[in-house]
Amino acid sequence: MTDLFYISLQYIRHHRVKLAVLTLAITLVGWLPLAIQSMVDQTAEQLLGRANSTPLVIGAPGSPLELSLGSLYFRSRTQSTLPYGELSALQATGYARGIPLYYRFRARDYPIVGTSPDYLPYRGLRLSQGRNFALLGEAVIGANVARELDIGVGDHVISSPESVFDLAGVYPLQMPVVGVLSPALGPDDDAIFVDLKTSWVIQGLGHGHQELNRREAVGQILKREGNNIVANASLRQFNKITPDNLDSFHFHGDNADNPISAIIPVTRDEKSAALMLGHYLEERDDVQIVRSQRVVSELLDTVFTVRDYVVVGIALVAVATGTVAILVFYLSLRLRRGERFTLARIGASRLQIVTLMATEVVFVLSLSLVLSLLLTLLTQQFGLSLMHQLLLS
Amino acid sequence: MSLQLHNLRFSYGSGFELHVPELVIQPGESIALVGPSGSGKTTLLNLVAGILRPDQGTILLGDQCLTDLSSRSWRQLRLGSIGMIFQSFELLEYLDLRDNVLLQARLAPGIAVTDKLVQRALAITSELGLGDKWRRPITALSQGERQRVAACRALLLDPPLVLADEPTGNLDPDNKQAVLDHLIDLCSRDQRMLLTVTHDHSLLPAFDRVVDMAELAAQSGTVA
Repeated sequence: MTDLFYISLQYIRHHRVKLAVLTLAITLVGWLPLAIQSMVDQTAEQLLGRANSTPLVIGAPGSPLELSLGSLYFRSRTQSTLPYGELSALQATGYARGIPLYYRFRARDYPIVGTSPDYLPYRGLRLSQGRNFALLGEAVIGANVARELDIGVGDHVISSPESVFDLAGVYPLQMPVVGVLSPALGPDDDAIFVDLKTSWVIQGLGHGHQELNRREAVGQILKREGNNIVANASLRQFNKITPDNLDSFHFHGDNADNPISAIIPVTRDEKSAALMLGHYLEERDDVQIVRSQRVVSELLDTVFTVRDYVVVGIALVAVATGTVAILVFYLSLRLRRGERFTLARIGASRLQIVTLMATEVVFVLSLSLVLSLLLTLLTQQFGLSLMHQLLLS
Repeated sequence: MSLQLHNLRFSYGSGFELHVPELVIQPGESIALVGPSGSGKTTLLNLVAGILRPDQGTILLGDQCLTDLSSRSWRQLRLGSIGMIFQSFELLEYLDLRDNVLLQARLAPGIAVTDKLVQRALAITSELGLGDKWRRPITALSQGERQRVAACRALLLDPPLVLADEPTGNLDPDNKQAVLDHLIDLCSRDQRMLLTVTHDHSLLPAFDRVVDMAELAAQSGTVA
């Protein structure tokens, strides 16, 4: 049998290009449906899991899907906002308390999520290092952010400008990392969490600068209007919040008018949830409340439909590939008729001849099966993040 | 060890009938089978090799009666004890020279391809002038070289009987004589019997004996 295996290997080596192409084609046909099935199932599971843990979201009127995906995954093409005062309005109904989210800004590719310190315990997120953010400017980073940027407590993250050509825009804010989250296998792993007011500072709605009442600040004053002092362009604004300059940070205007992306209402019980839902659906036109599960289910219905079409397409390709493979094997067997004749004439047994002929088919099918399974395992391991990027970016 | 054919009969459905009343080949003897196309030369080789089974008669190789063997036993005997050289060489193009020479040994039951056997293969190959092409692909060899590879394969397991069907049919005149001389030398030196089918009468002087199929038929009264 070893000698037959050796002869077969020589055949395979001699026809390696033909067999490699055939193997690749069969592998793809075997792998693609499995991969799609696996990725869609995992995605559906994760999307539904996230939606189940966040059943209701309040946001500005617009696309429910955008609002749901934005508040669940911190990714949104539009930046619809509602005033922070809506949080107080929600809490005033007595049906729920609210967790604000403001996910407009990013540090590199990671979303900076301005929220309240309640967010971490609400999601059940645990810290592997440090503590929750408490002061203005402090950041808690997700596990993937820490791993990919190789940073931890004591390091800094810097917000990215929204436009590199906006020279008059807000300077990037340097934020000290005070905590690192344990892996949660969700979008929180890829986010940077800061206090809501820190997001407003990044936006320029709040700032800190040199004290203008001091004698040495005379050169930075443009004019005085009663109690107001207007600074000129030479005034230095702080792009890092430290214990020394923390007190100088302030917000102009009413915080209730400042923007947030969404509110996660946290109700006491189902009755409160139902009452709150009724309140927003019937009495409020200027905000929308969405049921994440329903929105995500609708999204998944679309995904499943697309998957079904894709799988049908692949099935047709599989039939075509299978037919071609059978034809290739058949032609190969015909081409090897002389070889069979030779082997029979020099005394090879029928079993030996069949074994030699079958090796080609067995080799291609076995290798294709192994490669398909290997690729499917890799897809299960790494395909989901790719799927998320395709679906949500 | 001699080869003896007694009262051998074989017929195809088409009406062709071959009858060999008596044919004996002594050890070390080389015989040329001649005759017109369709006279049964190749059929006779196939009968001796066991590729075809005779309708009647006996074939004795030494003391062993081949016609009493099962098809399986005869096939196994062919692998180990009968060397065959075909007109079309019957080499496998995906094997190199070495592996083509060793092919029969790899298929034969009870024979291991040891270093010793490989060295023997190399020695035979070198003797036929192909030692420097030991690992060459078969497709890189000339027709004459391929025929010599086929001869090497037939001789490797030291068979007492070598059957050759037009072993020089595809060769140019220079190569014909050279390959045949080598073959006859190797067989007679090791006391092997060589039964060769040929159409080329210019080669006949090299053989110990020439058997005309027409004469065999006349001897038996059968029209070939």
